[in-house]
Amino acid sequence: MQYITPLWPAYPELFLLTMACAILIIDLFISDDNRIFTYGLTQITLVGCALLTFFTGNADPVYTFSGMFVDDLMADVLKLLTCVAVIVILVYARAYTAARGMFRGEFFALALFATLGMMVMISANHLLTLYLGLELLSLSLYAMVALQRDSARATEAAMKYFVLGALASGMLLYGMSMLYGATGTLEITELARMSMDGVRAQAVLVFGLVFIVAGLGFKLGAVPFHMWVPDVYQGAPTAVTLFLGSAPKFAAFAIVMRLLAQALGAEMLVDEWRQMLMVMAVLSLAIGNLTAIMQTNLKRMLAYSTISHMGFLLLGVLSGTIDGYGAGMFYVVVYVLMTLGSFGIILLLTRGGFEAEELDDYKGLNQRSPWYAFLMLLLMFSMAGIPPTVGFYAKLSVLQAVVHIGLWWVAVIAVIFSLIGAFYYLRIVKLMYFDAPLDQSPVQASGDVRVLLSANGLAILILGIAPQPLMVMCIEAIRASI
Amino acid sequence: MTVQEFIFWFFAAILVFAALRVITARNPVHAALFLVLAFCTSAGLWIQLEAEFLGIALVLVYVGAVMVLFLFVVMMLDINLARLREGFWGYLPVGATVALLLVAEMALVLAGPYFGLSEAPRPSALPAGHSNTKELGRLLYTDYVYPFELAAVILLVAIVAAIALTLRRRKHGSKHMDPAKQVAVRSKDRVRIVSMPPVKKPNGGGD
Repeated sequence: MQYITPLWPAYPELFLLTMACAILIIDLFISDDNRIFTYGLTQITLVGCALLTFFTGNADPVYTFSGMFVDDLMADVLKLLTCVAVIVILVYARAYTAARGMFRGEFFALALFATLGMMVMISANHLLTLYLGLELLSLSLYAMVALQRDSARATEAAMKYFVLGALASGMLLYGMSMLYGATGTLEITELARMSMDGVRAQAVLVFGLVFIVAGLGFKLGAVPFHMWVPDVYQGAPTAVTLFLGSAPKFAAFAIVMRLLAQALGAEMLVDEWRQMLMVMAVLSLAIGNLTAIMQTNLKRMLAYSTISHMGFLLLGVLSGTIDGYGAGMFYVVVYVLMTLGSFGIILLLTRGGFEAEELDDYKGLNQRSPWYAFLMLLLMFSMAGIPPTVGFYAKLSVLQAVVHIGLWWVAVIAVIFSLIGAFYYLRIVKLMYFDAPLDQSPVQASGDVRVLLSANGLAILILGIAPQPLMVMCIEAIRASI
Repeated sequence: MTVQEFIFWFFAAILVFAALRVITARNPVHAALFLVLAFCTSAGLWIQLEAEFLGIALVLVYVGAVMVLFLFVVMMLDINLARLREGFWGYLPVGATVALLLVAEMALVLAGPYFGLSEAPRPSALPAGHSNTKELGRLLYTDYVYPFELAAVILLVAIVAAIALTLRRRKHGSKHMDPAKQVAVRSKDRVRIVSMPPVKKPNGGGD
């Protein structure tokens, strides 16, 4: 049994897997009217998983499963946040999925398996487990996008996502095989040691690195690998867009850290991938922000805004310093918080049969519901990076990290494009506050959604006023793990 | 050239040719058959590397099961080749340029000294009685137990997804049989004998 000891670091994953399988079976015996029971079980599972992650957390890295699994502080923090994010997603999505025939056992089972995939990715210490986690997540997401199988748009989006996702996986795998060819190992800690010592086949290592960066770019949705993002965001049912746009970013950040900062974190290799990330980051900022201005569909606009946010995230990573990685992690947390809130508002305004995804649907929201208009205002200010919301602090810390390594011109470009980007965020604020509403129906929401959405919006403000604890936590997590 | 080397080059040449034909064959059925050939030859190469289990599994699983199923699918689906080829010549110049550049760049790195025969020496021969299968099984259930289980979970997700996306439950009231009920039927369920007193027609006569 020495191969799987100690087992306790993997308790959250084991619990999640067991419960997901159990829910899959229990759901068979539940009639459509009582589907809420499956929903409750799913939420209990996620809460349990979060608690287990919290109580099995520890500061020093623990390796298990023959060194394929690592439980360090970064993994604990990211896993905890992932579980919380999925809980919030399912609460927001309940009314929407129920109105569209998606409130089914498969939806919850796939969401749980996707969560498991994210947790596996976050805890991966071996390229094989990292890849398997990624596939577990991706396969669940493809299926969730296509779950509305009679909608032509959703199936088209799923098809595009599937084909491009497979291409990205291929690139990632090819890059990994090159790393294996150059070093003879797939274990991340081992790779880090070998690349630190310098391997003879340095050129092969760099060659593999190129494919790995391209594959990661695809998965993050950074330019020039961003083509799938707008179509998938728009075509997928909004509840699924909320899912795939938020929680998986934690896992994506984790694998970027594991692959680039840990496995290929040697000084010489950092110089190599910094160049590539820089090009991707600057292009993402430019194309994301400029194209978002032209959009009339809010989901599509948020997709382009995601691309630009990924550009910012890459800026934090490319600094290659602990503070930079910490800033990147902080940015991901803030990004997910903002995405949850803004898609939460979209889901809130969506009623049976009516999708509130055009910008015009937000006209005069202030007259219909001043509170939700205020929350949306906070979210949009935060995305644009206007103080005192947390979005400002997130952008600032990333820029500080970039300036710190002397790339001040990149910081200047980032600021210019954020200014351009502020236009389309503020346009929504203008539509909500200064235009007459197209439809006067009051905004209705169940109690749990109201409370969570309000907390979500206020968190943006509170974290913006007091960002220090979160920032310290992010930097500590990175310091303890990298 | 030893016999072993000759066999290697022979299989390798067929493998490369078959793989090329897979992507160039016009007829999808031919492409699938060339894929079968490619699998068979690579199985031969694996057996030469003393990986007998993998070689046999490749033939049994891929050639025997997967490819046959695949051939069925290809034959059943009426793929419109003309539509697939639409725009082929329009995209060819750009596509070919990019592909050639990529191949050239990759060749520059990969044709270097890193992947020469000296870098990958022939593995030492294994002792007689060495069981490849046992060795694989030992690894799968010890060192690789975590990825092994994960792969199983991925297959489970694939099943869930496939069923969720394709299963359409018939509506109630559609005419379907319940075999259990059919078997359990008894004569008195089918025929109900009703005793009725004879009734005289009111008019007395027929029409």
